Amino acid sequence: MIVTILIPTALRQFAGGQLEMEVEAGTVGEALERLVSANADLRKHLYSGADTLRNFVNVYVNDEDIRHAGKLETPLKDGDTISIVPSIAGGMVAAEEEAFEKKELPALGNDEIARYSRHLIMPEVGMEGQRKLKAARVLMIGTGGLGAPLGMYLTAAGVGHLGIVDFDVVDASNLQRQIVHGTKDIGRPKIESAKDRLQDINPHVRIETYEIRLTSENALELFREYDIVVDGTDNFPTRYLVNDACVLTGKPNVYGSIFRFEGQASVFWAERGACYRCLYAEPPPPGLVPSCAEGGVLGVLPGIVGAIQANEAIKLILGGGEPLINRLLLFDAWKMRFRELKLRKDPDCPVCGERATIKELIDYEEFCGLRPQTNETGQTLVEEKLEMEEMTATELKERLDRGDDIQIIDVREPNEYEIARLEQAKLIPLGQVVNRAAEIDPARETVVHCKAGGRSAKAIEALKRAGYAGRLVNLKGGITAWSNEVDPSVPKY
Amino acid sequence: MILIAEPQQAEIRRHGEAEYPHECCGLLIGHFDEGGRKVVTEIYPVSNAREEQARHNRSLILPEELMRGERHARELKLDVVGNYHSHPDHPAIPSSFDLEHAWPTWSYVIVSVKQGKAIDLLSWELEADRSRFNEEKIEDRLAASS
Repeated sequence: MIVTILIPTALRQFAGGQLEMEVEAGTVGEALERLVSANADLRKHLYSGADTLRNFVNVYVNDEDIRHAGKLETPLKDGDTISIVPSIAGGMVAAEEEAFEKKELPALGNDEIARYSRHLIMPEVGMEGQRKLKAARVLMIGTGGLGAPLGMYLTAAGVGHLGIVDFDVVDASNLQRQIVHGTKDIGRPKIESAKDRLQDINPHVRIETYEIRLTSENALELFREYDIVVDGTDNFPTRYLVNDACVLTGKPNVYGSIFRFEGQASVFWAERGACYRCLYAEPPPPGLVPSCAEGGVLGVLPGIVGAIQANEAIKLILGGGEPLINRLLLFDAWKMRFRELKLRKDPDCPVCGERATIKELIDYEEFCGLRPQTNETGQTLVEEKLEMEEMTATELKERLDRGDDIQIIDVREPNEYEIARLEQAKLIPLGQVVNRAAEIDPARETVVHCKAGGRSAKAIEALKRAGYAGRLVNLKGGITAWSNEVDPSVPKY
Repeated sequence: MILIAEPQQAEIRRHGEAEYPHECCGLLIGHFDEGGRKVVTEIYPVSNAREEQARHNRSLILPEELMRGERHARELKLDVVGNYHSHPDHPAIPSSFDLEHAWPTWSYVIVSVKQGKAIDLLSWELEADRSRFNEEKIEDRLAASS
């Protein structure tokens, strides 16, 4: 397509005095690229990064602002006219402006200059960017799979103030992916272990630890202290809590989530675009989406997704590049594929929409269906809730030793059965248990187990609903409890 | 160098005073003479598009307004040669915000307005490598041409 670019007065001397230039190009981005490759001095006045237009530079095709069309990808037709128009912004002076724009950026010492040299030599970061990083306050929720690379990269990058929230302790099964913790840390509180490692990476960072469970009571107060919140949580109630608290305090929420081989990342910032609820107004029914403890996760996956979150948090601090606002990044580690979905702010969003109904934090456990609902008089609604018998591992052992006739059904997956099993158990994975109910003898007492007791409870419920008439007992705490209480030679995983 | 007639300089001051404590802004329309000097023949006030609460310390000329100004200039066979804005209760010195949002060649005229009274009127031009603003001499066009 042959199009005409009108060159503004202010830039003419950098374009050989031309008033306009004809170029052949398919998109606006290509046309501008032709213009600046023919007139190299123009580039710095139009672009701030490699291919990002300066934020005050606007481009029109005929009379349409390309921001309302396809941005730099806007297609061109023969005879189109491209106008380059700055919005003229001015104002604020020295002292006042300094305080506002730069939050009185702290200076860097010589040891910091040496440490951050690979950042400093890039104009996109430079001294100012590095000082912005030093001035930044980032709050990280969770020091698990996502929090490990996140914390390490944010600390290494020189984020001045990092808050970390976690109340868990390091378990051997964490170490396959939570690389901020080490073998020597098993049994220690995660925030202590993480703080040691992070402080070792970069002693210049101020690390504030909060050994608390994030709740509706403490979230707002905590979030207000920080510029950016990074969500490394692994459950729906906390994810909705983090989202809503970010919307209510106006903070950007750098989101990541992982399951098995798949990850997601985005930046939810209600002031600039969609929030998590615009994407998922309501959580999935409890139990539909298994947690990593139930479904497993490839150890390197949170490393990749967490590093993407760290990257986005750093870009938000620098104020450059193209943030993941209104974009949901989907990653499949098994296929090694990235996809991207466009997000839109939902005008009817209950928390960030025009007529938002949520003005304060709610009970997120209840919202996610994880707490039995209560009626107005405070009585628990037990609607449809089926009675379930339970047995502890110790009791089961005693019964078996007495020679009681008990059949044991293991509803885990075959690969889990390979890791650890109870000798007498028959394997029928949860997904097949209803179809294979005929393999369970209703005349005998049956104990159902899984890893920790959740899936076996579901299996019992499903069997009862399907009309299974025999006696079903759930093994409390699953095979893990068996290993703890009865036989430590059964490995825990 | 930029040539602005004394009555037009007064017009910019008056605009700054009228908008105080907010910032005012506008375009400078004129032409480049043989010596490359900017000659302003018309002051083109523009409404400040910043939302109310930010208006005291930020000015903004929307691209649509600028396009309208440019169209107006073209009809007169003239160019937009620069713009002006006021700094309420601050000196007429560009901020680093101004620097970040500037283009070369154009004149950036700033009028400082203290307690509602216009004081200094200075003009600035961006260094070609964007590193800083250089002060530019303002001459009275009528005096200079006589």
